[in-house]
Amino acid sequence: MLSYILRRLLSAIPTLLLIVTIAFFLIRLAPGGPFDLERPLEAKVMENLNKIYQLDKPLIEQYWLYLSAVVRGDFGPSFILRDFTVGELFARGLPVSMTLGGLALSFAILVGGTLGAVAALRQNSLIDYVVTGMGALGLTIPNFVVAPVLQIVLGLALAWLPIAGWNGGAPLNLVMPVIVLALPQIAVVARMTRAAMIENLRSNHIRTLRSLGLPSLTIVVHALRGAALPVISYLGPAAAALLTGSVVVETIFGLPGIGRYFVEGALNRDYTLVMGTVVVVAVFVLLFNLVVDILYAIIDPRIRYD
Amino acid sequence: MVEGAVLPAEVLKDPVVGRSLWAEARGRLVRNRAAITSIIVLGFIALACIFGPLLTGHPFDKVYPDYVKVPASLEAYPKADQIEPNVERVASRVRAKAENIAVEGDKIRVTLVGQRPIDERLLAYFERSDLFGAAKVTERADEGRRMVVDVPIKRNYFFFGTDTNGRDLLTRTMKAGQVSLAIGLLATFVAIVIGVIYGATSGYLGGRADLIMMRAVDVLYSLPFIFFVIMLVVFFGRNFVLMFIAVGAVEWLDMARIVRGQTLSIKRQEYVQAAEALGVETKGIIRRHVIPNTLGPVVVYMTLLVPKVILLESFLSFLGLGVQEPNTSLGVLISEGAKNIQGATWMLLYPSITLVTILFCLNFIGDGLRDALDPKDR
Amino acid sequence: MTEPVLAIRGLQVRFRTGDGILQAVKGVDIDINAGETVAIVGESGSGKSQTMMSVMGLLASNGWAEGSVKYRGQELVGLSPEKLNNYRGSKLTMIFQEPMTSLDPLYRIGDQLALPLTTHGGLSKTKARERAIELLELVRIPDPKRRIDSYPHELSGGQRQRVMIAMALANNPDVLIADEPTTALDVTVQARILELLSDLQKRLGMSIVFITHDLGVVRRFATRTYVMKSGQVVESGETSALFASPKHPYTKMLIDAEPRGRKEPAPAGAPMVLDAKNIEVNFATKSGWFGKTSHVLRAVDNVSLSVRAGETIGVVGESGSGKSTLGRAVLRLLPASGTVRFEDRALMPLDRAGMRPLRRHLQLVFQDPFGSLSPRMTAGEIVTEGLLVHEPRMSRKERDRRAAQAFEEVRLEPAWRNRFPHEFSGGQRQRIAIARAMILHPKLVVLDEPTSALDRSVQKEIVDLLRDLQKTHGLAYVFISHDLAVVRALSDEIMVMKSGKVVERGTAQDIFERPKEDYTRDLIAAAFLNQQEPDATPLAS
Repeated sequence: MLSYILRRLLSAIPTLLLIVTIAFFLIRLAPGGPFDLERPLEAKVMENLNKIYQLDKPLIEQYWLYLSAVVRGDFGPSFILRDFTVGELFARGLPVSMTLGGLALSFAILVGGTLGAVAALRQNSLIDYVVTGMGALGLTIPNFVVAPVLQIVLGLALAWLPIAGWNGGAPLNLVMPVIVLALPQIAVVARMTRAAMIENLRSNHIRTLRSLGLPSLTIVVHALRGAALPVISYLGPAAAALLTGSVVVETIFGLPGIGRYFVEGALNRDYTLVMGTVVVVAVFVLLFNLVVDILYAIIDPRIRYD
Repeated sequence: MVEGAVLPAEVLKDPVVGRSLWAEARGRLVRNRAAITSIIVLGFIALACIFGPLLTGHPFDKVYPDYVKVPASLEAYPKADQIEPNVERVASRVRAKAENIAVEGDKIRVTLVGQRPIDERLLAYFERSDLFGAAKVTERADEGRRMVVDVPIKRNYFFFGTDTNGRDLLTRTMKAGQVSLAIGLLATFVAIVIGVIYGATSGYLGGRADLIMMRAVDVLYSLPFIFFVIMLVVFFGRNFVLMFIAVGAVEWLDMARIVRGQTLSIKRQEYVQAAEALGVETKGIIRRHVIPNTLGPVVVYMTLLVPKVILLESFLSFLGLGVQEPNTSLGVLISEGAKNIQGATWMLLYPSITLVTILFCLNFIGDGLRDALDPKDR
Repeated sequence: MTEPVLAIRGLQVRFRTGDGILQAVKGVDIDINAGETVAIVGESGSGKSQTMMSVMGLLASNGWAEGSVKYRGQELVGLSPEKLNNYRGSKLTMIFQEPMTSLDPLYRIGDQLALPLTTHGGLSKTKARERAIELLELVRIPDPKRRIDSYPHELSGGQRQRVMIAMALANNPDVLIADEPTTALDVTVQARILELLSDLQKRLGMSIVFITHDLGVVRRFATRTYVMKSGQVVESGETSALFASPKHPYTKMLIDAEPRGRKEPAPAGAPMVLDAKNIEVNFATKSGWFGKTSHVLRAVDNVSLSVRAGETIGVVGESGSGKSTLGRAVLRLLPASGTVRFEDRALMPLDRAGMRPLRRHLQLVFQDPFGSLSPRMTAGEIVTEGLLVHEPRMSRKERDRRAAQAFEEVRLEPAWRNRFPHEFSGGQRQRIAIARAMILHPKLVVLDEPTSALDRSVQKEIVDLLRDLQKTHGLAYVFISHDLAVVRALSDEIMVMKSGKVVERGTAQDIFERPKEDYTRDLIAAAFLNQQEPDATPLAS
């Protein structure tokens, strides 16, 4: 197992390299540059800036410089937030995004899993219809609709929660963003758990357990374990996306996460910031794919990676 | 039915018509109430979005400066309490004071009193306002310092209210629906075409070609999706048609995987082996056996991809990267609504309801199609 | 006679389906006495499984039972699952047809075996483990101390069925219901499982209910038999009496449906149709990024096979013996080495395009009548697909006429040619598959288990059809099957295969009457242990 993990980590390196390469050249090919402001800068100033940020060198050399810097863990200075390096920005933003994402993820697994399992056990009952109906709703209402509605209802009308802001991660400030992040995930998890549970409950080995007169708790445990597999393989990429922040939620609730950096960086041609975000997101995706595979091997003895 | 009953050879005229799997699926779909309701509702919305803007009487980009952010109402504007202040406002522009304002059906009779004789050309201000028609002088007195004017009221209906610029939200919502649906269909079409061709090729070729083609898909998967989309916006600017062709070009990954898996499993089916044993060429196998049998999942995926793309478009519009003014989409309207949620809830409410209804219907249709095409109890 | 352990009275089972309510069992009376073996016989769809499923409270969620099932006086119908759990798993137990999927793949077999012991027997974890090892020993699993920590996928099908039996016997039940327990297994494994069951019954003294379609099993093991047809018991009684003088026409038909007769020898001096020598097929298991070959499996190892016009070569063997692979290899549907001659042409040097014109003479019929017909084409389109390839200039009308003709030849209603495969029964689908092969007037047909997925009575019709077609067209057959009874009834010569090699070959008579190899003897014993020779003398069909 350990050697498998090691091999997988090693094999992630070429993938990562490919992603960095594609992203690097894509953003460089995009029209415009980081210092194209509304009011064009003087040619002299521009030249100086380009020199400082090494933009005057041939693209291939810049690519090489960037790669070697990244290997050393240096993501370079940000072009728009000039007082910070990209590393510093992530050091601040990542914990915020990960806290929110982690909470939303746990919330989604707990609530979605429970609802899905209950709906499957009481198939075609009222609970089942309510869960599937809510699931459809959670999937279709965009988060940028849910968020302002929650702000109005919980924040203004009832005044139970602060409308926005991070406030050092105070629990009350986290409630609304976490709910907004978790809602669609709850819907998906509930839907998948329900479908997988129903299929599992119909399977031959559950029939065997029932023929042996075992209590329903035992049967539910067995069915849940089997149903976990497809849900886990969905949750891998979903977790990566959640933990790396959401532009919408961070914008609406004014949170200092890293979700915004993608949009801001790309629109302002902040090359280093975009590249840094690409690397962080890709690392998360690859990491969680590995986690999914490991979990699979733990749950399903038929899968062995030796 | 007696198995193997022998019949004379001349019984050739009227072969029994069989029910194909498509026909059976249609039967099952028709029995699915949620799906059928959704199809009807969606059809209605689509028709309304296409023809509605012609019928509301408001062009989608027409601005009514006097009706900025008026709430949704089934009654006609102007409301009774709006008339007096507006008459007074116009009167002041005519450099007169309004007195004895009397509403008589669709007409107002108002007496204008000025310090100096009133310039009748200024009465055109009545017509320039969004509330009134051309004023007609019925009585003049005091050398034109005092005149009685008949002003017809222009009745306007804003069933969904108006936006911050004073544009009719109903027309804009329908226009937005048009744009969103068109974008959804366009991008989905592009995604399906690329995905089906790529997936079927990869699956049918198999072996090393398959391995390399799928490896490429894997790498594209690890690239953050948002990054791709934003880069597309950057490249194509705000040309939403080009952009959504590009979005379709990104969304094909799932389709390619689905079709590849399907093709692989069909390739292993005995009926394909039987066709090979008959000497059928690859072309014939793909046309008669592979494509008809992959169609089911493709159709299902298609109905589920449309809402995904619409949602994506709304998301981009929310970020300000989508469709540009005065054109609009549901995402644009919703993001405006979200900004004006205090005081103008209707601006968020109606576009959101429209979007959610469309997405809901598409999801139900997709689910219904899946159940109809792939019944577990077969 | 003392009171029965299990008394079923007026049992009815209904299912709510998309097309209304479907009654699967229509008032059935069955008694199971202590210590006896009872068989419930019937073809697929007769309701035999659903009857016993409803006894165990295992009906699908859209089904329900009415009537009475009494276990030692206690009514079971209408009991809540919790109450029912006092009986099932301890007093009444069941084993199923699908040993491959009946165990939970995610748990060790020791843990699964311990469940009924701790739940019903109140044993502690350690005690349960000891008892589980005993049980594995009882069902003759080798090295039970090690095997107890295995996962199901590490066991063979036969071993999994043994584990299922062990679980069923864990609490010394009164009644063991066995629902087609050996159907999915190879014949030799089948025989051993059946022996184990009858042996265990002698030692433990429980009653066994066999649900089966296999009259051989019934004759060999059951003291009493119930014959079921479309949800009703049509006949019952002592097994020997029932077989000696069946009263109901359905029972007679079932007994009659055993394959019988011998093939008339092919005319002497018939021309050689296919001659294959030293066929070898290797399957490489690939792994790694660019498919480095890591493991080679020799599926067919140096096998030769030749067949003349009007002749049938039977190829028998258990699953994994390479018999199907051989059939496809001689038709050049798989990469293989060796030489294959069709009439006077060497096939091996030909490429795909070169093979194409010859394909019309070399046809293949598959085992699975559900998988071998393209679900979105009409039966007529399926049957005439070969004409599109080999007679591309034929008009649509002429093709339609040929389809009708082909339908008639396989005794299917020609008017049905516009129907789709799912609208036909299994036997009818197999006829369509045969018509597809026959429409090109082939010279050789490879029949890959063409009757294995069918009920016995349907099997018989297909066998008769194949015989007639061979006689009329002078066809050469390669008949691949694990079912020795069918092979004997159809073949001139027989090859016995095991692990890709030919173990023994000879005329049908020699193989069955004077088998030389142990493996052949095992096979014959396993297949026939349940059948008194229905007919010693050759019988023209």
